[in-house]
Amino acid sequence: MKAKLLIIPLAIILIAFFSGAYVIDETEQVVITQFGKAIGKPNINPGLYFKIPIVQQANFFPKNLLEWDGDAGQVPTLDKTFIYVDAFARWKIVDPLKFFETVNNVVGALARLDDIIDPAVRNFITSYSLIETVRNTNRELDTFEVGVGNTQDERTLGEITMGRGKITQGILQQAQPKLKDFGIELVDVQIKRLNYVEQVRTSVYSRMIAERKQIAQKFRSEGEGEARIIEGNQEKEMKRITSEAYKTAQETMGKADAESTMIYAKAYEKDPGFYSFTKSLDVYESTMDKESSLLLSTDSDFLKFFKGYKAEGN
Amino acid sequence: MAWDWDKLQLQKKRTSGGPSGNPSSMDEVFERIKGARNKFPGRTWIIVVVVALLFLGSSCFYTVAVDEVGVVQRFGKYVRTTQPGLSFKLPRGVETVTKVKIRYVFKEEFGLRTLQAGVRTRYASSASYENESLMLTGDLNVAVVPWIVQYRIKNPFDYLFKVHNIRTTFRDLAEASMRLVVGDSSINEVISKREEIAVKDAALLQKLLDEAETGIKVVTVEMKRTNVPEQVQPSFNEVNQAVQEKERMIYQAKEAYNKVIPAAKGNAEKTIKSAEGYALDRVNRAKGDAARFLELYQAYSKSENVTRRRLYLEAMQRILPKLGNKYIVDADQKNLLPLLTLGKSEGGKK
Repeated sequence: MKAKLLIIPLAIILIAFFSGAYVIDETEQVVITQFGKAIGKPNINPGLYFKIPIVQQANFFPKNLLEWDGDAGQVPTLDKTFIYVDAFARWKIVDPLKFFETVNNVVGALARLDDIIDPAVRNFITSYSLIETVRNTNRELDTFEVGVGNTQDERTLGEITMGRGKITQGILQQAQPKLKDFGIELVDVQIKRLNYVEQVRTSVYSRMIAERKQIAQKFRSEGEGEARIIEGNQEKEMKRITSEAYKTAQETMGKADAESTMIYAKAYEKDPGFYSFTKSLDVYESTMDKESSLLLSTDSDFLKFFKGYKAEGN
Repeated sequence: MAWDWDKLQLQKKRTSGGPSGNPSSMDEVFERIKGARNKFPGRTWIIVVVVALLFLGSSCFYTVAVDEVGVVQRFGKYVRTTQPGLSFKLPRGVETVTKVKIRYVFKEEFGLRTLQAGVRTRYASSASYENESLMLTGDLNVAVVPWIVQYRIKNPFDYLFKVHNIRTTFRDLAEASMRLVVGDSSINEVISKREEIAVKDAALLQKLLDEAETGIKVVTVEMKRTNVPEQVQPSFNEVNQAVQEKERMIYQAKEAYNKVIPAAKGNAEKTIKSAEGYALDRVNRAKGDAARFLELYQAYSKSENVTRRRLYLEAMQRILPKLGNKYIVDADQKNLLPLLTLGKSEGGKK
């Protein structure tokens, strides 16, 4: 019976002991409250701790890096292009006491973050042109298309003065001071996704298509042009070859004519009379045929004996 | 109670039907049950203690696989990291162990999902993950960029404790860094210089991960097939086609050239050769004629008069038989006109 009496208080003590003990994980920090009022400094060191049961309460808060994912929203840029921006941020509870007093828990904090970061993101996106948000540096873009050269069209993309890095930095700087009151430190803000809204996207696609088509056309007409050049060359070459051959042939023939003339002249010079005599005979022979009629006078040399034998003279 | 009642009835029957024949009183039965109940607590305690010890004991040792380390926390506080093998720790409730695969290479996919890994890995259609892969390029075009990041856990402590919901953070950072790199590249670079972009992204992502103290080491960033959006693809193909078309046109023109020019060269050569032939012919004939003339002249000059006559008459002898109509007119006949019609009228008669 005595043992039984002992067990009951022992159990109560044990229960009290266990309900008073609490463990802080590496990822947590704790604020002890007594009837809703914070007691002492927040505990950020992990380990086993005790509190007064029932009277005191341990409120756990994460100590590690937390995330905030923005609502992907439609935002117009300075150059009036509507884009979807999906930002995210990472934050930490640096002052759990303040945090506990002002927003109570992580869910409450996220709502505040929505209220503060979303407008900051919008402010910055709308005050700069799209290119500032898309690009980060003024790095020279390689838009060289093999065979076409630089395809950069007339759209002036322009130099950027801020770039995404500085814009997100600006958002951070704008939002950070407002969050200090909640015991929150905003570590960084990043733009996760960025895209044209549906309607803009279709027009961008048509622009991309037009750009490509123009490049394709350029290739085609280049091919056409080069083909024409080759054809022209062909014609020119043709003329050159035939005319050169003609020239050479004429020269050769001329030389031969001259040479033969010289040869004839040299030979016939000896007796032009004899030449004309023999040549005439040859020509008679080659030009007269059956179709030719001959009217011969009896006083010709040939027929001088026809009328009599006395004609023999010199 | 029903059970007890049945048991009692059974016992009753047995005792009544027993060899003793004496029916035992209800009291006796109750006494027995009471005794048993008094005995029980002691045994129960032993069992409870043994079970509790076994329970605690079993949580005192654990094995860490080859590719893991064990991170041990005592009352939430990190105390040590244990290497692969069998290790001991204080029982459950005091120390807990979390095993972290530090040598295993994890993979996160963006803009695609592996449906079935294997020799021919199948991927889910990229259209369903378009939000992840659609990006704006530096020249304000839209590109579809699916990619994979492989990573290892280099610092288990940071990995476990420094960041809340680490996988989401990792994916967010990976998307942000890839978009930053693509945002600073042209569409051409995104499509044709994937390797460069992957290298840049890996470096940037590692920097972001280090800043966030994630304890993650990027092993490799692998770009999958980067492309332009589906709607734009035909026009990109058109450019490729146009390139082919250009080549084709040039080759066709060259073909025509090659077909005509060598033939023309041959023709030209022929013209020249035939001119040369003409020249040879002409000169040789001249030489021949000259030689003939000179020979003849030499003979002629020896007896000019008679040779002249002979030549003339011989020629006439050859010519005259070939002629058609021959008319001989007396030298005194002055009027030749009527004679001229002779041939014609005869020709007409024929």
